[in-house]
Amino acid sequence: MTTDVLVARATTTTRKRRINGRRIGAIAVMAILLFVTIFPFYWVVRTALSSNNQLAPASDSITPVGLTLGGFKRALGLQSLEEAQAEGGSGAAVNFMTSFRNSIIYATLITVGQVMFSTMAAYAFARMRFKGRTLLFSIILASLMVPGIFTTLPNFVLIKDLGWLDTFWGMAAPGFLMSPFAIFFMRQFFLGISKEVEEAAKIDGAGNFRVFWRVILPISAAPVSTLALLTFISTWNDYFWPFLVGKGEDTRVLTVALGVFKAQTPGGSPDWSGLMAATVVSVAPMLLLLILFGKRIVNSVQFSGIK
Amino acid sequence: MRTLNGSGWPAAFPFLAVALLGFTVFQLIPIMRGFFYSVSDWNLLQDPKLIGLENFQNIVNDKVFWNALIVTTEYVLINIGLQTALAIGIALLMDRLTRSSILRSLILVPWLISNVVVAMTFLWILDFNLGIVNKLITSLGLGGVSFFGEQALVMPTIAVINVWRHMGYTALLIFGGLQLIPKDMYEAGGLDGASEWQMFRKITLPLLRPVLALVLTITIIGSFQIFDTVAVATQGGPVNASRVINYYIFDQAFGRFHFGYAAAMAVVLFAILAAISFVQLRLSRAGTSDLA
Repeated sequence: MTTDVLVARATTTTRKRRINGRRIGAIAVMAILLFVTIFPFYWVVRTALSSNNQLAPASDSITPVGLTLGGFKRALGLQSLEEAQAEGGSGAAVNFMTSFRNSIIYATLITVGQVMFSTMAAYAFARMRFKGRTLLFSIILASLMVPGIFTTLPNFVLIKDLGWLDTFWGMAAPGFLMSPFAIFFMRQFFLGISKEVEEAAKIDGAGNFRVFWRVILPISAAPVSTLALLTFISTWNDYFWPFLVGKGEDTRVLTVALGVFKAQTPGGSPDWSGLMAATVVSVAPMLLLLILFGKRIVNSVQFSGIK
Repeated sequence: MRTLNGSGWPAAFPFLAVALLGFTVFQLIPIMRGFFYSVSDWNLLQDPKLIGLENFQNIVNDKVFWNALIVTTEYVLINIGLQTALAIGIALLMDRLTRSSILRSLILVPWLISNVVVAMTFLWILDFNLGIVNKLITSLGLGGVSFFGEQALVMPTIAVINVWRHMGYTALLIFGGLQLIPKDMYEAGGLDGASEWQMFRKITLPLLRPVLALVLTITIIGSFQIFDTVAVATQGGPVNASRVINYYIFDQAFGRFHFGYAAAMAVVLFAILAAISFVQLRLSRAGTSDLA
């Protein structure tokens, strides 16, 4: 009896040891990948907190060199020209405060419109019967395959002809009314919920809109807010379209402003601290979203791979 | 007749109206206008003049276009190859090690950051004079590397940067697919004495195929349209070494106001992407799963 136990124990320990060795290897690889993923962010923050003048002699210092908030002040337009130049900034006036506001307006406008109108359309595609429904939905889905630049050129001309260049309406218009992905995303959800709730409400004499607002939307809060998150994030990161249509200072969003800031700093000695501080400012809201809604964002990405 | 089946168009239209308006005005009509521009000579100032297939003939003879096609293909191959391999690896590791949603959030961080910020970050990290990577290289006694300044290096550099941005996201998509594979298949494989590698080749890869096919189609289509990183980091240079298709189209349209020519190149890009997705979905039989 004892030998049996001993043999059993011996085999489990060798197996455990082998598995542990493998497990440690796996953890090590994962740790390296995580380091590669996270290190650039640390380096950005470290540079943003450094004094630009002192970066060159200590460019391999792990901690900030000459710790200062000067970079952030420059990025937010809070530093005088003399101070900026003394710290190695170019003194170029870039107001990230305004761009921050513009990014919020642009991303909010598109998120609100796109989520609302796409959700309504998705409901019709999932629940109502009308002629040509399948064909119409396939056409909308197929448009996901069209390269962005193909429609961007004519859309730019349209916005220009309407006199909407450098206005928030011009920037938001195409995304505000719908997006094929949003319709697809919400339709998947609506297909999965039971029809009984709606039918009960309809028997009580509620019209389509009433059912949609009072019954459907409340039970769709989770996917709707997930879609809103994804839309907000991707709009926040948009570059090409706002660059073409909203380059003017009053509508310039953060991504475009970063490009301008970069182009303005002299080629030989860029204001790296200022640039990196501006980068931190533009990234911070996304990190905040991830901290608040990490699980939801992660799950929605996983879900889109399966469906 | 229209109210057949209970609801019909009169009931559906109020729900669809705005989205259909948006789709028509900003997708359908622009697509048609795009095809029209592609057979026109147009500089935005005068009215477009129809010139038949002249733009397309010029494309065939345009060395910069062919170069753009080659450079873009190089980018896609490096980007997608590396990214897919790493993403599968990460997904398998996560599947093995942990369900932690904190870990999954962490690897997703780069994906939440705009291309512009990513480009800026790596311009700094890979800077020739002050970048930390070059500090490490020179401290090993090797010569500094101009990652964005050398023609042979600029596309691989940009490709790797975007691998960094997308590998966590792609890994999560694949991780989602892994969750669909029943665990008892591995137990059966383990009893038969199959090695890890055999199980990966015989069980994981085949069962992952539908998800992989979808992921590859999405990422390749995205990869072919690389623009932001180039626009911020290199503006197509040095010389034409990073003048990818989308950047060249942008250049022709907004730098030289050759709108017709730019639209014609967009048509070619459209055709390439359509062909790729068609072939890919065919080859990988995306609709069918071995699980079914």
